[in-house]
Amino acid sequence: MADRRYTKTHEWITVDGKTATIGITDFAQSQLGDVVFLELPTIGRKIGAREGFGVVESVKAASDLYSPVAGRITEVNEKLSSKPELINSDPYGEGWILKLELAGDLPTDLLDEGEYKKVTEASAQ
Amino acid sequence: MVDFGGWEMPQQYSSIRDEHFAVRKAAGLFDVSHMGRFRIAGDPSFDFLQRTVTNDLGPLVHGQAQYNLMLNESGGIIDDLVVYRGSEGFFVVVNASNREGDLDWLREHAPSGVEIEDRTFELGLIAYQGPRAEELLPAEGLHDLPYFGFRGGDVAGIHALISRTGYTGEDGFELFIDSDRVGEVWDAILERGRSAGVLPAGLGARDATRLEAALRLWGNDMDQTTNPYEAGLGWTVKLGKGEFIGREALQKIKAEGPRRMLVGLKTGSGDIARHGAEVRASGRPVGHVTSGTHSFFLGHPIALAMVEAASLRVEDTAAVEVRGREARAEVVKLPFYRGSARSGTSTAKA
Repeated sequence: MADRRYTKTHEWITVDGKTATIGITDFAQSQLGDVVFLELPTIGRKIGAREGFGVVESVKAASDLYSPVAGRITEVNEKLSSKPELINSDPYGEGWILKLELAGDLPTDLLDEGEYKKVTEASAQ
Repeated sequence: MVDFGGWEMPQQYSSIRDEHFAVRKAAGLFDVSHMGRFRIAGDPSFDFLQRTVTNDLGPLVHGQAQYNLMLNESGGIIDDLVVYRGSEGFFVVVNASNREGDLDWLREHAPSGVEIEDRTFELGLIAYQGPRAEELLPAEGLHDLPYFGFRGGDVAGIHALISRTGYTGEDGFELFIDSDRVGEVWDAILERGRSAGVLPAGLGARDATRLEAALRLWGNDMDQTTNPYEAGLGWTVKLGKGEFIGREALQKIKAEGPRRMLVGLKTGSGDIARHGAEVRASGRPVGHVTSGTHSFFLGHPIALAMVEAASLRVEDTAAVEVRGREARAEVVKLPFYRGSARSGTSTAKA
């Protein structure tokens, strides 16, 4: 998807008007291995850019999730509580994690596909 | 790929969950060629090994293997290993991370006349584990091979040493094959098992299955500061067999009673207690988690913890640290899961 942006901490974001959808990247899920649980915030909570908002537990480790942008949480993906494996099988689709109502402009440090690819190639070494 | 004792190994081939279920329902194939393998021969090798490991090698006949511990003078566990008694001497399989240390220790203590040869790099070792492993292995006549028995034979037409051992709690085989032929056997096993749901399985599935079966992992659940009684491996110690390294220390520990014990914990969904997490009983710290994972097969997280002796009993409730907070844990009986392995007490390891 052309308008999908990425972070160095392996989250992705798409924006539709004032609504942002956030998840973790395919590279992130492949590194984590099978996801077994997500600890997610409550709807209505305000979070800042690069603020931690939850935890993803895989068989290997617990990893913090960071928001690429500031905003107010309007939705969390309820399906993940019973099917956390959606993060592995469809990280950019059914495995989305939460939706935010954007506060202000998008940060300028978000990466496009090509820039993110370089990050993953560097960390795969 | 992850680094494991200096070897590049796959955490998973496809998905840890699928590989784990394959091992429990049909069979999974593990590459365990990283395990250290030594040949120990020469006239005094029986006496030498008998003085170096905890179990009694006396009753062991040719074609039998035995689970063992190697201790330091204070009774701490240097390594756990499987000793194979062949017609031309002994073969031992040790943990990859301890291979060099074990080799030094054995050579240091060996009398003249004992030959110790590291065969790790000439032999491949693969483990085929699962309730259908015997039926699906491309080999004949293994039905009468007892648990912890081994013999030479052909697998997919290639010569192998076939051992009925493993590290998953399931029935199955470990196959020692020349390094240059082991790939062919690997492919043939997977080809034959494919329609039955057989999968190649990585370190993730190996750790989950061994933990469900409560098989200890050296470096996590025990090390040189742990004695066999604390690790719940007193059954491998035969104090009456005569002198062996660590025996004196163990006699004292046994008489006084061990100070710690290994217990099984079950926690709620998502509460995976990781290695090092603190365990509390009645508000007081009593020990730490040594291994923890999510058990896909049982449907909840499980953990082993080393705690003060008598601080917890089966069915007690404990608290365990998960992601910086306290989670509720139930003390449960070990093993968490009993698979198709033929013996309930003879703990195998790959």
